Amino acid sequence: MGEIEILRAGPLTTVQDLGRPNFRREGISPGGALDSHAARIANLLVGNCDDAAVLEIIYGPFRACISDERIIAWCGATLGEKEFSPGRPIRISANEELNFAAPARGCRRWLAISGGIDSPLVLGSRATDLRGGFGGLDGRAVRDGDRLPLGESVELAHFSESRASWSAPNEWSQTAPAHPVLRVVAGSEWNAFTRAARAALAEETYLVHADSDRMGARLTGTLLPRKKKTEMISEAVAPGTIQVPDGAQPILLLGDCQTLGGYPKIAHVITVDLPVAAQLRPNDRVRFQIVSLESARELFLSRENDLERFRAGLQLRMP
Amino acid sequence: MPLGDAGVIVRVGDSLGEVLEAARKLEAARLSEAAEIVPAFASVVIFLRAPVPLQEIEDEIRDALRKPLRKHASNRLRVIEVPVSYDPEFGLDLEIVGKHCGLSPNEIARFHSARQYEVRCVGFAPGFAYLGGLPRALATPRRSSPRTKVAAGSVAIGGSQTGIYPLASPGGWNIIGRTPLRLFDPARNPAAMLRTGDRVRFLAIDRAQFEQWER
Repeated sequence: MGEIEILRAGPLTTVQDLGRPNFRREGISPGGALDSHAARIANLLVGNCDDAAVLEIIYGPFRACISDERIIAWCGATLGEKEFSPGRPIRISANEELNFAAPARGCRRWLAISGGIDSPLVLGSRATDLRGGFGGLDGRAVRDGDRLPLGESVELAHFSESRASWSAPNEWSQTAPAHPVLRVVAGSEWNAFTRAARAALAEETYLVHADSDRMGARLTGTLLPRKKKTEMISEAVAPGTIQVPDGAQPILLLGDCQTLGGYPKIAHVITVDLPVAAQLRPNDRVRFQIVSLESARELFLSRENDLERFRAGLQLRMP
Repeated sequence: MPLGDAGVIVRVGDSLGEVLEAARKLEAARLSEAAEIVPAFASVVIFLRAPVPLQEIEDEIRDALRKPLRKHASNRLRVIEVPVSYDPEFGLDLEIVGKHCGLSPNEIARFHSARQYEVRCVGFAPGFAYLGGLPRALATPRRSSPRTKVAAGSVAIGGSQTGIYPLASPGGWNIIGRTPLRLFDPARNPAAMLRTGDRVRFLAIDRAQFEQWER
């Protein structure tokens, strides 16, 4: 069976899939690829199931080689120099070196390999839970010299040329915008914030703090005070939740966030914009745009619709 | 009340009884698109597979909460015994708690293990259970500077609650002992030993028993 050897891991490359969304009652974060849509698209392009395990590569440089012939595809941050094109299935030969430089924009890329990464299933998923220390490769980021087993690939003979010319729309494969705008819906404590705070969230620019990771992005900018200080009782939160602790600077929660949060929630990034949130890096400037819950729902449904159409299109090209 | 487009928050009173009742009713109702029902201290969040119109799901929730629970609905009480060694080598903050409460380490151990606690909710970290019912005499504010690493199994007091760190992690509660039990094991399903609503009793053991247990 084939394997991928990591020659240069980069700062934080992890095995991810669609995570463990339904174990919050046990205190387990949903985790998984921070942009699950990108991971699904990359998987579909190489003939995998949506939930096959991929590599989430942060920054770069990242180098690896695969022991046998495979099809690969990646989506996410903006293309670096001399790389494979994103959002397109590419056939690579045995021991050919894969090279990813630091991206020009954004920070995360998801690399799918036909057959998927075959790390053991833990609680129904192969995703790495860094805080819990389980899943993926022993619950840790991959390191130089690690070898990861790969699953059985689709028949390469089935990889026809017409399929190779099929690619994902640009906005799916290159997800880091030059000027990130996150669409949000009002949070449960929206009305507890001052009018000035609500206006600031909608109009001001926030800077991504260096102390940001897969759990969340700390933002700095115009303070977001509440009308009066009241104690909150902790309750379930989700990736996309924007919490505001007493310091009045917001924290945007991401996939590895704790299951419970005890800070007031001013807003939530809508599901279809989590891919943009996943690309934020320190010192990036980000703005928020307030939308209705109904438009968040419509955007979600139309993206799912497009994905199903994309899937059907790919299947037509399978012999 | 929506939790973004990911779920719906149902707030109830700050009591285990109310939270469990709401969670059971919502489970029983099989709400459309519900993926997981997550209870906390005074709320239940319904996480959705896909966003649904708020009006529809709120109507469904209202109906579900109105329906009385059927008697035999799975509410058998689980009482879980957790052995704890209050050895000072484990109980790194016995002194702080002792000073704050005016108690000796032995009294802390005796008071702490005399009660039956209720799991108010599970969260913060994998398998971490917040236990309610700490004797008032033991309440101690959190440490002003959290530890960067707390050993797995550490039994601790944070304000008026007590809890057990299932995994080595950072933490700000005052550590008074350690259990040899594995409260969280991803190789098990369920991985977390304690569930919201469980009752917990601490069983004081000595150092030798602790080591025996670990083996």
